[in-house]
Amino acid sequence: MNILVCISRVPDTATKVVIGSDGNSIDSQGVKFIVNPYDELAIEEGLRLREKNGGVVTAVTIGTDKSTDVLRTALAMGVDKVILVKGEENPDSFYVAENLAAVAKDENPDLILLGRQSVDFDSLQIPSALGEILGMPSISVVSKLTIEDGKVTAERDIEGGCEIVEASLPCIISAQKGLNEPRYPKLPDIMKSRSKPIDQRDAAAAASRTSIIGMEIPLKQRAGKILTDSDDDINELVRMLHEDAKVI
Amino acid sequence: MSINRNLTEEQILLRDTVRKFAEDVIRPQARELDEKEEFSDEITAEMAAMGFLGAFLPGKYGGSELDYVSYIILVEELARVDSSHAATIAAHNSLGAGPLYYYGNEEQKEKYLPKICQGHLWGFGLTEPEAGSDAGNTQTTAVRDGDYWVLNGSKIFITNAGTDMTLGSTVLTVTGENANGKKELTCFLVENGTTGYETKNMKGKLMWRASNTCELYFTDCRVHKSQMLGKRGDGYHQMLGTLDNGRLSIAAMGLGLAQGAFEYALNYAKQRKTFGKPIARHQAIAYKLADIEVGIAHARPYLYEVCRMLDGNERITKEGAIAKLNCSELAHMAANHCVQILGGYGLMKEYDAERFYRDQKLLEIGEGTSEIQRLVISREIGCFD
Repeated sequence: MNILVCISRVPDTATKVVIGSDGNSIDSQGVKFIVNPYDELAIEEGLRLREKNGGVVTAVTIGTDKSTDVLRTALAMGVDKVILVKGEENPDSFYVAENLAAVAKDENPDLILLGRQSVDFDSLQIPSALGEILGMPSISVVSKLTIEDGKVTAERDIEGGCEIVEASLPCIISAQKGLNEPRYPKLPDIMKSRSKPIDQRDAAAAASRTSIIGMEIPLKQRAGKILTDSDDDINELVRMLHEDAKVI
Repeated sequence: MSINRNLTEEQILLRDTVRKFAEDVIRPQARELDEKEEFSDEITAEMAAMGFLGAFLPGKYGGSELDYVSYIILVEELARVDSSHAATIAAHNSLGAGPLYYYGNEEQKEKYLPKICQGHLWGFGLTEPEAGSDAGNTQTTAVRDGDYWVLNGSKIFITNAGTDMTLGSTVLTVTGENANGKKELTCFLVENGTTGYETKNMKGKLMWRASNTCELYFTDCRVHKSQMLGKRGDGYHQMLGTLDNGRLSIAAMGLGLAQGAFEYALNYAKQRKTFGKPIARHQAIAYKLADIEVGIAHARPYLYEVCRMLDGNERITKEGAIAKLNCSELAHMAANHCVQILGGYGLMKEYDAERFYRDQKLLEIGEGTSEIQRLVISREIGCFD
């Protein structure tokens, strides 16, 4: 089975994000970047499918020269080869999907795996956009995956339960928590990843359809206030809801 | 300055991986294993599967091929969470695998290295009740008898020598007298289970309670001549070389413990309030945290630089002693501040501060006390010339 895993490079979830001086990008100075956590699930699922069925797992990211670190992580986890598509610094989802589709056309995968979303910009568009561009079925937010004789059975988390969906290969799957537990790269594999090649390509001619015009850090939440069930406090509660919060 | 400054992508990935492993696998059990004074075969097996046991050995023996900076980061990240597990890995690599790899012949390497990369531990029997850094006073003897050497004597404080996963230990013995009248020292590779060789686990430790520490007893223990490490009389130099390198892993343990204690104290200080504000905003507390940060900021680049010297096969006798002394005293300061910042809670076993406080103390004693480090350094700078 030929598996393509699409990964993105995102700020570490523990990083304190600061907006750059241009007002519409993140200041990357001192920010630690990691493989998008949902994409780690996609890598792990690709590796498990290869271990079961044989085949090749290729990881691809749309990024810049800095993005080699996340590909190195994918190599250390065990993917066979990696592709870096060098493109715009701050692309939108459509641009990324167009470029992933271009790679998919070259690589001709049976299965494309992605995380359900990137935890930086949270657009959740790429798995669906990619399905549309490639004319492939795309199943989102999958927490259990079975592939037998070219038939894909996926369980999706939906509000209050789960939905079971079937499709045939080739197919696109976006990974949800619970799909698997990503492995730790082993130390010898980390050291060996150093000498493996990174296939670098230029981005296909595609243009972002949206642009970011501003970013804001959420205001700090105000401290909560605890009231009792005394008559005074109930009157105060009504006053606060009416005058301060303006919800009644 | 970033913790990852001047590191390669692989070294950064290794740090992140070991940190996550230590947080996920070791931290949840660290306090309980310490309390019960219990060595965990399960965690050690998981560490073996990750490639922690043959850290800097070549791939042909099943090793992970780490450069020395990467190895030190491995130990540092384990010690940030738990010194016992860091000690198991540091002792196994520096003192167990090190002498086998550096001084063993090819036959010995092929016999033992693949096993000790995959999940068996190896100890280093130097210290005796009356001999440590003062190795010239070693009492354990080995006497030639045909194709065998007969060992008699005992060793003490030997890490990793008596677990169910232990394959054997390198043992320093007296095999005669040199021309200058000093004892002739020779190392032997002694497998656990050899007749006349017994290990006894030492209990009641202040620190590193989830690591294995043993007394070794040799009673007419017959070891084949092929088990001699290097040549007869090489023991003293093998021991000194091993300790030079081993000091760096103790330094890494000090640096990692200081980092762990620092993060623990800072996190607590930002949450705990007195007189209406977090104690981190009281200068008396803030300055303690600033002092630890200053210590770490200096210690880390220096230690990594000494590792790079070692990777370049430079002599590191002085620099290794400086790093070991500095990092172990830094760990002392950090753990002491950490307990102080936690106040009464810092004295309770429910909080990691007290474990940091106990665990750091070995670092000023093991692999050469701080006094010995100062002796090494002062000798190196020419005080006694």
